[in-house]
Amino acid sequence: MKKVVWGLVILLMVLHQDFWWWNDIEPLVLGFVPIGLASHVGVSIAAAAVWGLAVHFCWPEDVDAAETGDESALRPHARSRA
Amino acid sequence: MSLSSLNPGQTAALVIVGYMLALILLGLLSQLVLRMTVADYFVASRGLGSVMLLMSLIGTTMTAFALIGSSGEAWESGVVVYGKMASWSGIIHAAMYFLVGMKLWSFGKKYGYVTQIQFFRDRFESDKLGVLLFPVLVGLLIPYVLVGVISSGSAIEAVTAGAFPDTFQATKGAVPYWLGSLVTCVVVLYYISAGGVRGTAWVNALQTVIFLVLGFAACYVIADRLGGPVKATQMVIEHNPTRLKREVTGADVADYEARAKAFAANPKAAIVKPREPHPASRLEFTTYLFIPLSVAMFPHLFQYWLTARSAKKFRLSIIGQPLLIMVIWAPCVMIGIWATSAVVNGQPVIPPDFAEANKILPLIVKKLTSPALGALLAGGIFAAVMSSLDAQFLSLGSMFTNDIVAHYSRKDRFGEKQLVLIGRLFIVAIVAISYWLGLELQSKRQGVFGLGVWCFAGFASLFPLLFASLYWRRVTKAGAYASILSAAAVWFWLFRDSGYGKAGDHMHWGLTPVTLIFTAAAVALVLVSLVTRPPAQATIERFFLPTDRTRTQKGSMPRG
Repeated sequence: MKKVVWGLVILLMVLHQDFWWWNDIEPLVLGFVPIGLASHVGVSIAAAAVWGLAVHFCWPEDVDAAETGDESALRPHARSRA
Repeated sequence: MSLSSLNPGQTAALVIVGYMLALILLGLLSQLVLRMTVADYFVASRGLGSVMLLMSLIGTTMTAFALIGSSGEAWESGVVVYGKMASWSGIIHAAMYFLVGMKLWSFGKKYGYVTQIQFFRDRFESDKLGVLLFPVLVGLLIPYVLVGVISSGSAIEAVTAGAFPDTFQATKGAVPYWLGSLVTCVVVLYYISAGGVRGTAWVNALQTVIFLVLGFAACYVIADRLGGPVKATQMVIEHNPTRLKREVTGADVADYEARAKAFAANPKAAIVKPREPHPASRLEFTTYLFIPLSVAMFPHLFQYWLTARSAKKFRLSIIGQPLLIMVIWAPCVMIGIWATSAVVNGQPVIPPDFAEANKILPLIVKKLTSPALGALLAGGIFAAVMSSLDAQFLSLGSMFTNDIVAHYSRKDRFGEKQLVLIGRLFIVAIVAISYWLGLELQSKRQGVFGLGVWCFAGFASLFPLLFASLYWRRVTKAGAYASILSAAAVWFWLFRDSGYGKAGDHMHWGLTPVTLIFTAAAVALVLVSLVTRPPAQATIERFFLPTDRTRTQKGSMPRG
């Protein structure tokens, strides 16, 4: 599923180019939004959906581990210098 | 005196004073819950929830450009601005939160980082890298801050025109620039000092709400005054059809020339002055994807990422970012497009020779809506400026306190309260210097706004370094230095070539400057890393999960 989600992200970036509607005004979505703008609004909505899938299926395994860490012992100015 | 007897300038002044008082109140409330520790002051003890994180991130990333710049650009170049800026930002910002923000949050939580430089110093095993990065990050942030300081003073002066004719005779009754920016700086300083990053997060949440209400309300009322959204768009099709698409054909140019000729012969009969078509370059359109990469390296964004209570709190921000950007941008873009051809009662809404794109939204709101909505717009512009400024000031204070004072002082030389106090004092100094520079540069405002674009390009060019530090084990200290120095060299070369930011749309071989700077930084990073000594195994283990191979090697190693 991870590969599908990352494939969808790439597809989203390709769809964002929408060169096929570069010279079109119509159809007017809802009667007043030109197709060039409507398609990009659609890309924004699709982006939310794709990142929703990414959050669900591609959640990185290492970030949750940090929640159990003890931060108090690692004050920035108390660390050794490299 | 009743509210209805106020003129528009006085109504705007009243809204701004009300907004200022609300900010002071939020500052006061956030002070009540502030614990005087570095972690609480600079990263809210890593305790913000999902909604507050989303609202803070939106408030910080959406500057005044999202309101007045979006409508102005749409008026000037058409629908292309949404694709270039808003939908690219929706995709890339969410990607940055998912791929970069959460990882940095986890390292911040695990190792106690409060600034980017602390992470880079550890990741690249180099103290000196911080010495190189500190002036670069501060140098890129300062012009960005100045844009905010200058915008606030200018916005207040513009929207309060005619408010106090007896008091401010030199500015025809408007609150003068010096006073507007001074009040802004003092109020921002107050709530930053009072509540630290928690105070700025609360303020940004309020700003996001204003943004959301404002765009929809303005779009609804303006469409209604133009006879409905369908009629408003039909007027654009009739007078300026190229604003509704991205291509400009020979037929479009011929059509424009014929309309322009007719308008010149009889302006009253033509009514609307045709606007010159602006074709969009497909290559330039694509390369705009590099610009939002800059958010990954913004010090103030890094600071907000660290405030999350847990990695799961990022989920709402990742999904909500593209949607909220759309909700804020789309109405403003439509308003800008409608403004090109809006006619009410047989008269054009925008005067034919009007040329100030950034004033389109305030003008159309003033002409077609109520003074209350005009005042809300003033509040929205003002809120947008302030919510970016506060986070920037705070991140500068954090970098100075943590990367310079705490890092170079003897261990336990300063306690937590002293460090917070040092941070506050540095922020006071930065605000004072910014205010003074803002006064000096106000007359050269165009140059400063031009610098903003170069700041974005600079931050975006540090992205390869950041991404490699999170995902490429083989990236080396020398590669990091090479990447930063290459980016700086190409940035300076192109910046000088553009007349030090004076040329607005400066392109090289049809490419935006950020594309070239980004490429130079990425190539230098990869090539130098491949030919230099890889980082120590201990460092890799500190920042990466073990691979199957390293697990096997460890398992077969003798113990004891």
